[in-house]
Amino acid sequence: MKAAVVVFPGSNCDRDLAVAFEQAGFDVSMVWHKDSTLPADVDIVGVPGGFSYGDYLRCGAIAAQSPICQAVVDHANRGGYAIGICNGFQILTETGILPGALLRNAGLKYICRTVDLKVETSSSVFTEGYSAGDVIGIPIAHHDGNYFADDKTVAALQDQDRIAFTYVDNPNGSVADIAGILSENRRVLGMMPHPERAADEGHGGTDGTAVFRALAGMVTTA
Amino acid sequence: MKARVHVMLKNGVLDPQGEAVRHALGAMGFDKVEGVRQGKVIDLDLAEGTTEADVTEMCEKLLANTVIESYSIEMV
Repeated sequence: MKAAVVVFPGSNCDRDLAVAFEQAGFDVSMVWHKDSTLPADVDIVGVPGGFSYGDYLRCGAIAAQSPICQAVVDHANRGGYAIGICNGFQILTETGILPGALLRNAGLKYICRTVDLKVETSSSVFTEGYSAGDVIGIPIAHHDGNYFADDKTVAALQDQDRIAFTYVDNPNGSVADIAGILSENRRVLGMMPHPERAADEGHGGTDGTAVFRALAGMVTTA
Repeated sequence: MKARVHVMLKNGVLDPQGEAVRHALGAMGFDKVEGVRQGKVIDLDLAEGTTEADVTEMCEKLLANTVIESYSIEMV
């Protein structure tokens, strides 16, 4: 099983994400933003958190136009698996792989704490290690995590069971309490909370481990 | 030649920064302010022959996120 973690100038969760993949049994390669291709036979691409390009213009906007992101779009379009966390979620929405956008937190403050998430669906390779309705503690660390999509898009996400996680106590104003969503083919997950920061006893919690453990053995090369 | 691009959050998209500015103005005694929307102005220095259609493409692909933002272009 091979994972690739994309590294942008300003990424700061890339190594944490690599460790989480490694602990789940993946061979991990780090891919620089100027590369225009992913390593051969990559099963899953991780787009990490951080502040790519200093969040200039909009969070994730410039990263989404980088050479590697075209390769990530192609990978997703041919049915490849990908996970975008925090800034990675913002980047995946900017590329159009996932619908909607992330706005400034409704309270205007950067929020860094562990929050309760409700698992909304176990029907994906990312969430099948949980049961729908489980409440898990996962850290958030963002200033622009306020998920927005128009009513039609939110209704489609709900109807197609594509909301992966919701906030139990909405910290940032996200529409429908959305914390994470799946692509139409359920092979791409974007989420603002950081499961890779709850994947080791030393983190103070391991509720995020199941995301990576479920992935192991489930993903297939596209 | 130059172009000036205005990028604003679409109507119906919450603008917490604009709302904070409105609150501050109200607290300062400017009680006639009923709403504030905050946006961006982007000035482009362009080679001769650049068309408004080129700038539109830049807006669609990068300068604005049309999921949440609208834009207008002034060629000057």
